[in-house]
Amino acid sequence: MLQIHELHKSYPIGDSSLHVLKGIDLSVEEGEMVAIMGSSGSGKSTLLNIIGMLDEADSGDYILDGLTIKDLTEKKAAVYRNKFLGFIFQSFNLINYKTALENVALPLYYQGMKRKERLELALFHLEKVGLAEWSHHLPKELSGGQKQRVAIARALAANPKLLLADEPTGALDTKTSHEIMAFIQQLNDEGKTILMVTHEEDIANMCKRIIRLRDGVIMEDTKVNQVRAEQYV
Amino acid sequence: MFDLDLWREIFQSINKNRTRSLLSGFTVAFAILLFAILFGIANGLKNTFKEAFGDDATNVIFINSGTTTRANKGLQAGRKIQFKNEDFDFIKDEFGEKVEFITGRIYRNVNASYRSEKNSYSVRAVHPDHQFLEKTKIKEGRYINQNDLNNLTKVVIIGRLVEEDLFSKTTAMGKYINLSGIPYKVVGVFTDDGGDNEERLIYMPISTAQQVYGNNDYIDQINLSYNPELNYDQALAFGNDLTRELKKRFSVATSDQRAIRIFNLAESSKRVDMMTFSLTVIILVIGFGTLVAGVVGISNIMIFIVKERTKEIGIRKALGASPRSIVSIILIESILITAIAGYVGLLVGIGVLELAGPSLEAYFIKDPGVSNSLVFGATITLIIAGGIAGYVPAKKASQIKPIVALRND
Ligand SMILES: Nc1ncnc2c1ncn2[C@@H]1O[C@H](COP(=O)(O)OP(=O)(O)OP(=O)(O)O)[C@@H](O)[C@H]1O
Ligand SMILES: [Mg+2]
Repeated sequence: MLQIHELHKSYPIGDSSLHVLKGIDLSVEEGEMVAIMGSSGSGKSTLLNIIGMLDEADSGDYILDGLTIKDLTEKKAAVYRNKFLGFIFQSFNLINYKTALENVALPLYYQGMKRKERLELALFHLEKVGLAEWSHHLPKELSGGQKQRVAIARALAANPKLLLADEPTGALDTKTSHEIMAFIQQLNDEGKTILMVTHEEDIANMCKRIIRLRDGVIMEDTKVNQVRAEQYV
Repeated sequence: MFDLDLWREIFQSINKNRTRSLLSGFTVAFAILLFAILFGIANGLKNTFKEAFGDDATNVIFINSGTTTRANKGLQAGRKIQFKNEDFDFIKDEFGEKVEFITGRIYRNVNASYRSEKNSYSVRAVHPDHQFLEKTKIKEGRYINQNDLNNLTKVVIIGRLVEEDLFSKTTAMGKYINLSGIPYKVVGVFTDDGGDNEERLIYMPISTAQQVYGNNDYIDQINLSYNPELNYDQALAFGNDLTRELKKRFSVATSDQRAIRIFNLAESSKRVDMMTFSLTVIILVIGFGTLVAGVVGISNIMIFIVKERTKEIGIRKALGASPRSIVSIILIESILITAIAGYVGLLVGIGVLELAGPSLEAYFIKDPGVSNSLVFGATITLIIAGGIAGYVPAKKASQIKPIVALRND
């Protein structure tokens, strides 16, 4: 699915620069569900953003689904993001003046799908996350868990190969977190590859593999026995 | 451009963020409103100037005679100068190609009556060309023609108000009115933009008047318009030539200011034209200034809007929006807001002018209006202005990095 080799990234801070990723080697197979852990500031989000083509590495190789990702134009990056990737964020990042349905349909709009079709498809995905009745509500009328479910539906709408989630449960209480994790596990069961940044051990243990970052390198990379989230719901 | 979905996106963004759209529209609307009002006022001033001279042709020269104030060539001071038909013909022969229209005038006051209605009026006995010099508009019938001059016909053309006064119950055409004892047939009724006084006049053939009022060939005054192709300097030179020739013809001293008086409208119309020209320049400067201010204003607001929408734009990019689609959204939104708000400002401005117009006449502002072509031009300009105003913000928006936009703080 993806191969990363000797990936480096630093951020300029004033005159000096902060070396955040110091040679990451990582490869993820199709159907995996990987948790990325590490202390705050260890570069988890940076790594995920580079994988998501929201940011660019300074050096190193990154191959996604057989495609070398390097020096992309904005236009190309837009197409790849739209085709390959689905994003789930800690703060949901829904567009506040669009209804749940319109939010879910947005990636389909950027795929050039016709309005009627994309609204139908968007509704199908909302149904999947159990929010069909809420399709015409604005984000501000939804709870945190509901918002994250809309965001998941949106990430799924374009049928991406890889789902990237940056602390998807970070803004939710334990119970809701487990509900969301149950969803994500279900998606993984259906075959989606998932990369997720998290701080919480119990959430990480609901994945199948845990990567720990420290000082800009992968310090530990272990397979785990997946804890199913359904049992807590 | 005609992607329906794109327009839907833009309308939704404008509509769902109404306060924001209204605020940004307000500056433009206000700028255009101000401009429309200033423009209208300047236009009104222009109209006042025009009206002061616009009733009659502007390329006119009046020639009057008086008495000499100096002795010259053995002739004494105090001699009365009288124009005759031969002088009229002399001017025509001598300056033919420089003259557009020419007419003599004889003034008389008459008591006019039709049946039991009576009133007194001024009569102007004139040549046919007089119609064009005075911009007389024929409402019914005809004006004086060459045939009248040749045959000394007893016909008159009466003003609209004369008809109203004397023929309250019927129409004047074809009737005979009595002017100080002599009947004249009414062959025409005229109107004139020069006001009520100009419509309480009676015109008759100059030859008829010469016969009836003294059996001579005297002319009180000669009016002519010079060829409109003459420029100001040529027109002034023509006036000077005319003065010199006539003074020579009547043996009047060159320095005599009273015996033959020539009033050349070219002199004053040059001043009026200068005035209108400077007004036009002022209008253009004001207009350009407001437009620039409006563009800068909306551009700033759009930049602010882009800042406010950074996160949204970041989300759109993460979902696969191309830079181009982001540019389109911001640019078209800017154009729409500018055009609509500008148009509203323009309409309100026109409304204000329409309402305030009549009460402004006291300040020498007449018909302060904005023309259709200006409205059309302004619309095009506004669309272009919206494009210019939106360009920088749109470019900024398309360069937003999703990673920066999506950061949590
Ligand atoms: N655009 C940037 N400019 C400068 N420094 C940055 C930038 N983005 C991240 N950093 C720095 O890089 C380091 C890694 O940031 P990153 O967001 O990847 O950490 P993280 O592991 O996700 O932390 P957290 O758990 O708090 O989210 C931090 O020290 C952060 O301050
Ligand atoms: Mg982070």
